[in-house]
Amino acid sequence: MSTPKTLFEKVWQQHLVVAPANEPSILYIDLHLVHEVTSPQAFDGLRMAGRKLRRPDRTVATVDHNVPTSSVQDRLHILDQISSRQIQALRQNCKDFGVELYDVQAPEQGIVHIIGPELGLTKPGMTIVCGDSHTSTHGAFGALAFGIGTSEVEHVMATQTLPQDKPKTFRISVDGALPYGVTAKDIVLHIIGQIGTAGATGYVVEYAGSTIRSLSMEGRMTICNMSIEAGARAGMIAPDQITFDYLKGRRFSPAGDAWNLAVEQWSQLVTDEGAIFDRELHIDAATLTPTVTWGTSPGMVTGIDSTVPTLDPSASEADQNNFERALEYMALEAGKPMQEIAIDRVFIGSCTNARIEDLRASASVVRGYHVATTVSAMVVPGSQSVKAQAEEEGLDIIFKTAGFDWREPGCSMCLGMNPDILAPGERCASTSNRNFEGRQGRGSRTHLVSPVMAAAAAITGHLTDVRNWKFKEAN
Amino acid sequence: MIAINVLTSTAIPLDMSNIDTDQIIPKQFLKRIERTGYGEFLFYDWRYDLDTPDHVSERKDFALNKVEYKGSKILIAGKNFGCGSSREHAAWALTDFGFLAVIAPSFADIFFSNAGKNGMILVRLSEADVELLTHRSTSNPAHKITINLEAQTVTDDQGFSATFEIDPFRKYCLLNGLDDIGLTLRHESELDSYEAKHDEEFWLTPRVSAA
Ligand code: SF4
Repeated sequence: MSTPKTLFEKVWQQHLVVAPANEPSILYIDLHLVHEVTSPQAFDGLRMAGRKLRRPDRTVATVDHNVPTSSVQDRLHILDQISSRQIQALRQNCKDFGVELYDVQAPEQGIVHIIGPELGLTKPGMTIVCGDSHTSTHGAFGALAFGIGTSEVEHVMATQTLPQDKPKTFRISVDGALPYGVTAKDIVLHIIGQIGTAGATGYVVEYAGSTIRSLSMEGRMTICNMSIEAGARAGMIAPDQITFDYLKGRRFSPAGDAWNLAVEQWSQLVTDEGAIFDRELHIDAATLTPTVTWGTSPGMVTGIDSTVPTLDPSASEADQNNFERALEYMALEAGKPMQEIAIDRVFIGSCTNARIEDLRASASVVRGYHVATTVSAMVVPGSQSVKAQAEEEGLDIIFKTAGFDWREPGCSMCLGMNPDILAPGERCASTSNRNFEGRQGRGSRTHLVSPVMAAAAAITGHLTDVRNWKFKEAN
Repeated sequence: MIAINVLTSTAIPLDMSNIDTDQIIPKQFLKRIERTGYGEFLFYDWRYDLDTPDHVSERKDFALNKVEYKGSKILIAGKNFGCGSSREHAAWALTDFGFLAVIAPSFADIFFSNAGKNGMILVRLSEADVELLTHRSTSNPAHKITINLEAQTVTDDQGFSATFEIDPFRKYCLLNGLDDIGLTLRHESELDSYEAKHDEEFWLTPRVSAA
C-alpha cells in the first residue's frame, strides 16, 4: 500500500502540472473567480502582452465589493465614479475575454464566495483561486482554495496555473457536542484567539473531528472562510454526505450517472488513516462559549460572559503596545463586562455569515422583538439567491417588522469600499471577518460576532449572551 | 514583456538621491483600474505646476518635460532610487512613460524586484561613473548611451565603458523576455498534455456537462 496521504496532499498531487527542481511547482487551477476590484490591471496585463485568457470556461466573474446595497436603482446608477468605472471595466473585460459575468441584477449575482458554492461551481477536490483573501471559504467542500494578488490573477488568466511552493499541513480537530448557543463562528473565533492571527501562517489547515462533521455546509464555510484570519494559506474540510446533499441538484453540479461517478471520486478525498500532519491541535467542543472580539484583530477574542481582558505584564513590549493601542482605539477599559458594551450599529452580512442559514438563525432571535432605539441595524443577504430564498420564507418580513434595514446583496459594510460604512467612533456588532482599525470606515469600532449574537445585540442595544435569549414563537 | 539585449538611447538625468516611489507616482493615482496609463502621472509633483488652476501646466525646467530628451529610454539617477512604499505602480509608471532602463549607484530592494517583474533593466554603476554620465547627458541631450545586457556593459559615444553586475537568473529572464507568466510557459507542452487529461475528469470542471 502507498503511504497514507492527507486530503491536502491528494488534491495537491492531482493538480501538479510539473515540479521542476529549484523552482516552484506549477499547480493547475480548476476555477478562477473574478470580481471588479483586483482584476482590471490583470486583464490589462493580458492585453499588453497580447495574451489570451486561457480558459474562459474555468473563469466566472461577479460584482460585489463596490456595489451599493441600498436599492436596485442605486446599483444601476452608481454615483461613486471610481466604483462605477471599476464595474464598467469588468463588464468590458468580461466581454472582451469571453468571461461569464453575473452582473448587478443577475439572479446569480452575489458575494463571490457565496455564489461559487450555491451555483455548484465549487466542488470537492478542485483548486480554486480568486483575488480576494477569503477564497479559503471554498475549502469547506474539500477544495484547495486560496486568495491571490493581481499579478497572480493575470498569471492564472494567461496560464490557468500558478507557481506555488508546497505549504505545510496542520490538522485542527474539534470533538464533542457543541454547547447551547455556540455556533461555527464561535468555533473559528476561538481557534484564532487560541493560535493567534499568524498561528497558521505557511500551513493549509484541515478541520476535522466530530464537531466539524456535524456542521452544515454553511457552518463549515464560516470556519474555512476565517482560516485566513489565522494566517493560513487555506482551510479544508473533507467532503461527506452533508457535502454531497448540499451539492446535489445545484446548477453546475453533475447529474444522472455523472453524479454517481462524481460522488465516487469525491468520496476518496479524505485524509488516510495514519497520514502525518506537520502540526496538530485538538479542541474539546465542551469548552467553547459564544465568542466576541474586543480589540482590533480577529485574535483579540473573549467569551461573551467574560470581561475586556487586562494587560498581560509578561507579554512582549510590542504585544503590550498593541494591546493598549487596541483598547484605546476601541474606547474600552480592561475589566469591563462584555455585555455592558453598548453598540450603535448591527451588520448581518459578508461572505462569513450571509447565507440562508445565517439569516434563518438571526431571524429566529429577532422574531417578535424590535431593534433598540439606539441601534441602526441592517441585513445584507450574501447573494440574490439567498435574498430570494429568505423572502420566500418570510424572513425579510421578520427583519423589517423588527426595524432592520433589508438590503440588496454585496460585500456592504464588511470592508467600507461602497457607501455602507460606519461613522468615526461608531461601534458595530458585525458578522463579518475583520475588525482592523478603519476596516468598516475611518474610526470605526467592530466587534465580530455570530449571526445570532448580532441579532440579539440589535434588540438589546448592547453585546448580549444569546444563551439567555427568550425565543418567541411565530403566531 | 519584450526581450532586451542591446539598448541604445539618449538618457534623462535626474541628479538626486533617494528618489522615492511616492515621488515616482503619488498615491492619488493608485485607485486607477489600469496598469497602463501611469506615464502621464510619472513624477507628477515635479513635472507639473500644481498652482495653476488646471494643475497641468508643465514645468519647462524639469528634465522629463524638455523636448531635447523626448523618446529617451534610459533614466540616470542618484543612489537609493525607488525607496519608500512597495507600490508596483512606480515600475508601471516608468515603463509606461517609455523607460526601459535606469542607471544609478544603487536601488531600493522592493523597487528592484518590481522593476524586474516589469522587464526593466536596472544598472548599478559606481557613483563616479553615474556622475560622469549625468554630466554628459545634462550638457548634451543628444548624448547616447548603450547598455549591452548580454555583455553586461555600458558604453557611450564618447569612449565611456564600464561593466555591471546582474543576477544570472534575472539576466536570463530579461534576455528571453520572460516574466513569471513567461517562465511558466516554458512548460507549455507539459501544461497542454496535463490539461487535456485533466479535462476528462469532468467533476473537476466548474461548469459540468454531464458525461
Ligand atoms: S464580504 Fe468582505 S471578506 Fe467577503 S469577499 Fe466581500 S469584502 Fe471580502
